[in-house]
Amino acid sequence: MNKQLKDNLITYGIIIAFYAIMQTLSATGSLSSLFKGLLVPVCVYTIMAVSLNLTVGILGELSLGHAGFMCIGAFVSAFFSMCLKNSGMNSIVRFIIAILLGALVSAVFGVLIGIPVLRLRGDYLAIVTLAFGEIIKNIVNVLYIGKDENGMHLSFTDTASLNMSADGEVIVKGPQGITGIPNDSTFTIGIIVLLLTIAIVINFVNSRSGRAVMAIRDNRIAAESVGINISKYKLMAFAISASMAGAAGALYSHNLNNLMAQPKNFGYNMSIMILVYVVLGGIGRIRGSIIAAAILTVLPELLRGFSDYRMLIYSIVLIVMMLFNCAPAALELREKYSLKRLFGKKLKKEEA
Amino acid sequence: MAMLDVTGLGISFGGLRAVDDFSLKIEKGELYGLIGPNGAGKTTVFNLLTGVYKPSDGVIILDGKNITGQKTTQINKEGIARTFQNIRLFKELTVLDNVKVGLHNDYPYSTIAGILRLPSYRKQEAIMKEKAMELLKVFDLDKECDYLASNLPYGKQRKLEIARALATNPKLLLLDEPAAGMNPNETKELMETIRLIRDKFDMTILLIEHDMKLVSGICEELTVLNFGQVLAQGKTSDVLNNPDVIKAYLGDD
Ligand SMILES: Nc1ncnc2c1ncn2[C@@H]1O[C@H](COP(=O)(O)OP(=O)(O)OP(=O)(O)O)[C@@H](O)[C@H]1O
Ligand SMILES: [Mg+2]
Repeated sequence: MNKQLKDNLITYGIIIAFYAIMQTLSATGSLSSLFKGLLVPVCVYTIMAVSLNLTVGILGELSLGHAGFMCIGAFVSAFFSMCLKNSGMNSIVRFIIAILLGALVSAVFGVLIGIPVLRLRGDYLAIVTLAFGEIIKNIVNVLYIGKDENGMHLSFTDTASLNMSADGEVIVKGPQGITGIPNDSTFTIGIIVLLLTIAIVINFVNSRSGRAVMAIRDNRIAAESVGINISKYKLMAFAISASMAGAAGALYSHNLNNLMAQPKNFGYNMSIMILVYVVLGGIGRIRGSIIAAAILTVLPELLRGFSDYRMLIYSIVLIVMMLFNCAPAALELREKYSLKRLFGKKLKKEEA
Repeated sequence: MAMLDVTGLGISFGGLRAVDDFSLKIEKGELYGLIGPNGAGKTTVFNLLTGVYKPSDGVIILDGKNITGQKTTQINKEGIARTFQNIRLFKELTVLDNVKVGLHNDYPYSTIAGILRLPSYRKQEAIMKEKAMELLKVFDLDKECDYLASNLPYGKQRKLEIARALATNPKLLLLDEPAAGMNPNETKELMETIRLIRDKFDMTILLIEHDMKLVSGICEELTVLNFGQVLAQGKTSDVLNNPDVIKAYLGDD
């Protein structure tokens, strides 16, 4: 078995083990309701971190508006579910379509932003995505969409200007967002989407397209010299990354009754937060992103009990993670005592 | 018909005429040398041939096809591959993957096939690996196939660049100072390898070198460039005995 395959199996293994433990704990009733409430968000933010790592670590471009793609996925999927809420469609089928739709629309926006920006050299993507995230959030806040027997009505001012008939329903209500979204998100679906996300990223990276993306990241001029189409592969990686954020958004919105676009969930501080997960987990390292996102999503909630020391402990954890992942001495230590090495040694002994 | 036929090539950077009225004809299977003092414009010629810079004058014909003004990516597909004076490897990729990137356009399974690991992915990846390993073996790099490219010693990085260029299956191979920074032993070995590539792959090779002795050892014909202009051109022995060439090199020292 080669090193890469082993590495990937460990990643899948960690997630499946986490799922099994949580399901057992929850079945035996030993999981607090606080912790239960965190299970879907953990899936959402790990998917966000993995997908951003595709842009930052594999493609090597800085994106500061990843929450914007999540916002698009959240609203598009929630809108879809609201439209079909009373159609009698199976809720799981409806949710799967909602996730795919959220992912697709996010990918389209990824392409629209990527086409002009990814052609430029330099950190333009960071600036444009930052602006994009804020614009999306603000547009959603003035967006009103209603549905009646005449079809859809759209307005950017208020509910009244939708000119709806009496029995029409307003679905998107500007700053109040979408209310009454069916709670289709479950921990199981979240884990499945997470596993799919990781499988897609890992398989992409190990295919010719992924290699082309990394070649461009490592040396653009050399990549051109061996016939790689730069724009095509940059755009592809960015669109895949955006679509995964869209899927995460769908999980997020179907975990709420009331979806609103606010600075704290879809603003640039959320984009930065996701970037922090990626950096702390190690740029380009998928498993690192997952672990960092999971720990840093759960930790602040678990620390609510120690409210006086909460931020202190949180900062210490951040610093420790940073040292663990980036300090040369720690890297050496990890190399020495890593699971891989221990496994590797065992295997060699068996061979001998 | 010549493999490469360049006439009247020229480019300026601001006021500097880096290459002026440059013409060159290379026959198929020929090992051709481009020499000249520092800053003569040799690398600029390579950049013009590969579309990194657009020539302001001149025509480039590759194997009967006009490729003047095309993009780098397209020119590689037409059949020109190169190495760089300042090594440009994909540093964070393995040695094997560096060569596989070179094979990219010959094994065009789709992205979806890659993500879903469809049979076309498995089949083509298996062939790619085999081809890449074959190439690495030519350069004695097969044992290091799992190393990161950046972890190779300098001399081997130069060889890996040549292997990657060959992987694109070119008609014409451009080598920019392939022996730079190598010790005399490594250089000798490299020259043997270059000759071997020419014979084994029936390759046409244009190479830039500083070391006159080395060039005279393997190149059948030479062009000497000085201040962007052709100073002398022809059979290696004739060129090296040309008084203008001797003067240019002595004056350079
Ligand atoms: N992109 C550029 N912009 C401006 N000037 C350039 C550029 N590229 C090359 N030059 C100039 O053109 C001239 C020729 O450079 P070039 O790199 O082709 O020389 P060279 O013969 O390869 O030299 P060396 O032996 O040092 O590699 C130099 O004066 C260089 O400064
Ligand atoms: Mg040069």
